[in-house]
Amino acid sequence: MSGVHVSTTVNGDAVEFVCPAGETLLDVLRDRLGLTGAKEGCGTGDCGACSVTIDGQLVCSCLVLGAEAQGREIGTVEGLARDGELHPLQEQFISHAALQCGICTPGFLVASKALLDNNPNPSEEEIRYALAGNLCRCTGYDKIVRAVGAAAKDLAREAKKTKAKTKKRK
Amino acid sequence: MRYEAPTTTKEAAKLLAKEKGAAHLLAGGTDLLVRMKGGFIEPDLVVDIKRIPATQSIQKTASGFTIGAGVSCASVGRDKGLGKAWPGVVEAAMLIGSDQIQGRCTMAGNLCNASPAADSVPAMVAARAKAVVVGPKGKRTVPVEKIVTGPGATSLKKGELVEAIKLPKPEARSGDAYLRFIPRTEMDIAVCSAGVNLTLGAGGVVKKARVALGAVAPTVVLVPAAARAIVGTKLDDAALEKLAKTCEAACNPIDDKRGTVEFRTQVAGVLAKRAAKIAYQRAGGK
Ligand SMILES: Cc1cc2nc3c(=O)[nH]c(=O)nc-3n(C[C@H](O)[C@H](O)[C@H](O)COP(=O)(O)OP(=O)(O)OC[C@H]3O[C@@H](n4cnc5c(N)ncnc54)[C@H](O)[C@@H]3O)c2cc1C
Ligand code: FES
Ligand code: FES
Repeated sequence: MSGVHVSTTVNGDAVEFVCPAGETLLDVLRDRLGLTGAKEGCGTGDCGACSVTIDGQLVCSCLVLGAEAQGREIGTVEGLARDGELHPLQEQFISHAALQCGICTPGFLVASKALLDNNPNPSEEEIRYALAGNLCRCTGYDKIVRAVGAAAKDLAREAKKTKAKTKKRK
Repeated sequence: MRYEAPTTTKEAAKLLAKEKGAAHLLAGGTDLLVRMKGGFIEPDLVVDIKRIPATQSIQKTASGFTIGAGVSCASVGRDKGLGKAWPGVVEAAMLIGSDQIQGRCTMAGNLCNASPAADSVPAMVAARAKAVVVGPKGKRTVPVEKIVTGPGATSLKKGELVEAIKLPKPEARSGDAYLRFIPRTEMDIAVCSAGVNLTLGAGGVVKKARVALGAVAPTVVLVPAAARAIVGTKLDDAALEKLAKTCEAACNPIDDKRGTVEFRTQVAGVLAKRAAKIAYQRAGGK
């Protein structure tokens, strides 16, 4: 296999790597870049444990070639926390006990973030549809769905506060 | 294996044509990578079409819509103009997989993968969609139903690829719909499915119809007899019954864990009736 040289951005940082043409983005992230948040549950697009975003679009990294990342912006679960502070989704997953073994959790977090970026106020049904591509063998989903709903409320509250602050300054 | 990402369709066709080993086109990869990883195929060359500008956009033209072969179904779902003109086609494309799969999968890939259960295909066939095929000998435009010749087999020749899918401008007072049956609400392969496209004449009488069925034969089937069963009617119960019977007669399905021959055949007729009713309403019929 001949190597492909790829320049890309991962969680805002410029990254370069060389990988065999047939290597998946998931393997590149885990084995070459040391980002082991994304997991391989199935390798066939069914479980969502490998979820990442490419240019903001949610995808299964097990079904993407590393070579395809050239010039794109990749987002992984490692990019969710900012300055050592967990994302509201992460906080709510913890306080709702929305994880047990944790294998599925990074995928659920990335998929939930993609949902809330597009739809800040989803109904329970919308959350369940949006997470249909993520499998969890431990929790029974209910706590996950509630955690996402609670995080949506937290984010809305935060957005309101920021808005009020900028208004005051004006 | 080598990976190439050309920037023109012509270049992609050339790469495919001159490759001596196994060359495979990569659109969203949601079928191709599964087959590569499963060891079902061992490509010597993968040609990624997503760097080709012509495959990356949805164009609205005077004669309809041109959907680039690299456009993800998520983007198809976000296109308001397309959703208004061809709601059935868009619904079908949006049924494919999860949000993750939607972010990558394409309608052209769904077609060229040549599964009898491909969700967007019956809707495209009903809508008279055409595939723009580019190859070493130039460009040709082919009705979508002429692309797939059997499970996993297409009429595309070596070096040929689909650059875009064309949908006509919908006729006045027309509507389309697509329905599939799966045992759960998301993430499963169609047990059977039906796409219907209708145009109404004076007084809400069906003037033209196209009915296509999925997962009930080696390829998606267009059923002219089903169209004839409802043309000239206002979709009264007798016409709908005839529609179901003609659809059943066109079924030649397999028995598998998802459904028996009897089940698939009967449900295909039921779905065709329901899809016809939705299409009729969308066309403005009451
Ligand atoms: C978890 C999961 C769920 C799925 N659910 C569904 C579902 O509900 N319904 C459904 O119908 N399918 C489903 N699929 C199958 C798949 O997602 C679809 O068939 C999809 O539309 C394929 O598009 P793609 O762009 O990813 O194709 P690719 O994988 O890139 O290509 C598929 C095949 O077509 C060829 N090809 C692709 N584009 C072209 C072109 N422009 N010209 C010539 N040849 C081309 C490729 O070489 C390959 O052989 C699912 C797949 C997964 C992994
Ligand atoms: S590992 Fe990618 S979907 Fe399961
Ligand atoms: S917490 Fe174990 S799979 Fe979800």
